[in-house]
Formats: sequence, C-alpha cells, structure tokens
Amino acid sequence: MSLATPVLEGNRLALARLLTQIENDTEAGRVALNELYPYTGKAHLVGVTGAPGTGKSSLVNQLARYYRHPPETETALKIGIVAVDPSSPFTGGAILGDRVRMRDLAGDPGVFIRSMASRGSLGGLATTTASIVQVMDAAGFEMILIETVGAGQAEVEIARLAHTTLVIEAPGLGDDIQAIKAGILEIADILVINKADRPGVENAERALRGNLELAHPSKRLINMYSETAHHAAPTVASQHFQGENSELIWSPPILKTIATEGVGIAEVGLEILRHYQYLVDSGELKRREKARLSAELDLLLQATLVQRWRDSIPDNRYQHVLGQIVERKLSPWQAVQRLLSQST
Amino acid sequence: MSGRKIRGLVAKPGLDGHDRGAKVVARALRDSGMEVIYTGLRQTPEMIAEAALQEDVDVVGLSILSGAHMALVPRILELLKANQQDNVRVFIGGIIPDEDVPRLMEIGVVGVYGPGTLTDDIIRDVRSAVSSVSST
Repeated sequence: MSLATPVLEGNRLALARLLTQIENDTEAGRVALNELYPYTGKAHLVGVTGAPGTGKSSLVNQLARYYRHPPETETALKIGIVAVDPSSPFTGGAILGDRVRMRDLAGDPGVFIRSMASRGSLGGLATTTASIVQVMDAAGFEMILIETVGAGQAEVEIARLAHTTLVIEAPGLGDDIQAIKAGILEIADILVINKADRPGVENAERALRGNLELAHPSKRLINMYSETAHHAAPTVASQHFQGENSELIWSPPILKTIATEGVGIAEVGLEILRHYQYLVDSGELKRREKARLSAELDLLLQATLVQRWRDSIPDNRYQHVLGQIVERKLSPWQAVQRLLSQST
Repeated sequence: MSGRKIRGLVAKPGLDGHDRGAKVVARALRDSGMEVIYTGLRQTPEMIAEAALQEDVDVVGLSILSGAHMALVPRILELLKANQQDNVRVFIGGIIPDEDVPRLMEIGVVGVYGPGTLTDDIIRDVRSAVSSVSST
C-alpha cells in the first residue's frame, strides 16, 4: 500500500514514518511525496528564526497554544511544528532539544511536532525541511511553524520557504550597526523582541525601528500619507511608487514579548494572520509561491543533471581530473571544461 | 545523503530533580553520530509515548532516579505498544535496584544501566538493538 494514503486519512504513526522516509530521501518517500503534492499549498507556512537563545522554541510553543485556543471569534487551527537543530560537523550526531520548551502542547491531537537535524545544510534548515513541510501540509495541518537552527546573520533560507517570517531578537545582542547590516533582519515580515523584561529593550527597539525607517523611507511616506488622508490627491512620491496595489505595502511591525510568561503573544498571533491576509490581497502570495517553486525546480534540476552526468562518465576520469586540480595543473574552471568536453 | 540514521529519544519520566545523567547519555549518543531528541525533566508516560511517535524514533532511553520505575516503565511500554510502536527499543538508566532488573527485562526493556556504566557500552548496545530490529 502507498505510504501516502494513511497520511491523508490522518494516521499519525504513518505520518511520522513517512517523515523519516522523506528525511532519509528514500525512493518510497519520493513516491509518496509525488502522490501528496496535489494536496499541498493550503497551509500557512510561518518561519521563526533568530540567534540561539533568543526564545524561538518558547515563542513557537506559545504561538501554537494561541492558535489552538484562540479568542472566541476565531476557530482553532491545526498546527504542525518543524523544529530544526544543528548536526555536528564532525560526527553527524545531533541533540534536538526544541521539544523541551514545547511541553504545553503535549496531549493535543491538533498539534504535531517533528524535530529534525540540519544534516550538514548551512542555510538554517535541513535540505529536506521543505518536503517535510509539504507532507504536513497535505496531512491537513493548517498552519505550520518552522523553527530554524539558531541563526546568525546570513541564514536566510527560511524566507524562501515560509509565507511569513518572524525574526526573533533579544535585548543586548547588538547595536544599531548590527541592525543596518544586510541579511537576517531584511527577511523579517514581523520583528519580535523577546525577553522584553530584560534591560536594554528600549535600545533594541530603537535600533530596529531606525533600521526599518531607513529601509523603505518612500514607502513609509506613502503609508503615512494614506493613513492620514485617504483618497486625497496622490503625491508625487506615491505616483512614482504606484504598483498594482499602491496602498498595500507591508512594513514589518516590531512587537515585544516575554514568551516564557505568554506576554504579547496574542499580538504576534494576530499580526501573523494579518500578514497572510496582506499576502493574499496584494497578490504577493502567488508571486512568492512561484518564485519559491522556481528555485526548488532549479535546484532539483541541477542535482539531477549532475547525478546523470556523473553516472555517464567513468569514475576514474573524474578522479584523474580531480588529481590534476590538486596538483595545480588545471584550475577548477579548466577542469570543468575538460570534463564536459570529454563526456560529449 | 541517504542512509539510515539512528534516532533516539532521551526522556525523564516522573519527578526527578536533575537530569545530569540523562544529558551525559544524550551527549554520548550524539557524539556517536545519532540524532537524539531530548525532552527534559518531568515527563508523563503519555508525553514520552507521544514524542516517540511523532519523532518516529528507533530507541527510547529513560532515566529514572526516583524509584518509581516499576510504575512508569510498564506504562510507557504499554503506550508504545498501543501506538503500534513495537519496533522501538527501550533502555533504562538511573537508580534501579538489581532485583527489579529481571522483571524489567521480562516486560521488554532491552538494557538497564546503573551508575558507572561506560557510555561506549550503551552506544554498542543501542546500535546492535536497532540493527536487530531493522534486519527482521
């Protein structure tokens, strides 16, 4: 029997076992993924990233609780959680400790938590995280919270995968120069300053806010303009930046939380939903989806073509050329040209 | 990179006050190349079985210092079985009196490790227990 059928029927053991197959990149896993693919694309994918120890797991725990027990006007969402922790570069082993902070979610059949090791991948996620998320999506989880490894400045892979990316900061991690650097802060759809009961929170907030104002000065002008005077004559600036939907510009909110005490969680929960609505209304959701799938297709194509090419040439020829690179007789670029010209 | 990686869960059921030993074992398994899910202190048998299921682990290591092992361990084994996770091998560490060991092995525990055990022995036993499951 196919591995996909019981997953669609909601069998949790089957789901867990399929996730292992996907993680190990087995043939059976791939076949199931093909079958499940038509059922994907429904879940809201929310990425949670930030430096180690900023409170990502605690925040994910609280957010899942919030969506499981929302205010009366909303319906509870089924929540999938994928938590990535780093693999050892030396032994390949890993300690996956994110569940320690997620004990509040135990016993809830509407929550499924899966820990995974990064297995040598450097972007903050594992190579198979996107596929793991697809399976959870097909299994009917309506929101999937994806927690990256503790990220430094450049682990921005999550922004490609998630619809909404939360970047978690904590007081005392850096000054305004850190805030204007490229990288992780740029990918934030929502900025969260966790541990807001710690000293230095005002400085952290000021640095982040200052940076955001530098990022989109003109867009912010339009925002401010449209907030104060709706439908008045457009200014030069807003005409200049008029897109398909000029009034729909998302400027990332900065929110303060104390995740261990549940302070500020509802606000973050609402902003996440508001961001999704913005993505739908602005057409950005479709654009992002297409860009992501195009990148995924390119990666797969590359991997498949390289594999096919490697299978088509004798290994000793590859080794021979590799040896010449080591001995500095060929540059890597010359080697590529030689290998490709010989194989045709 | 395909290939089977051993996934283990290290958990502390019951009301123990510290988890030093569990962390030592988790770390040793990590250093042997396994992926170890660590769930921390004060877990109920239900929480442990649920984590073992969601994480699809090959082995569960339980650390118990409180003396409640004859109540907690059978319950966890029952729950694993109820979840059709008969394939999961269960190891125990901590303070377990010698006279309880035969009964624990009888109900399905694969190994019991007290203070002074070499982590290399645990790693070796985990590996062989897992490979005997996957080869059948």
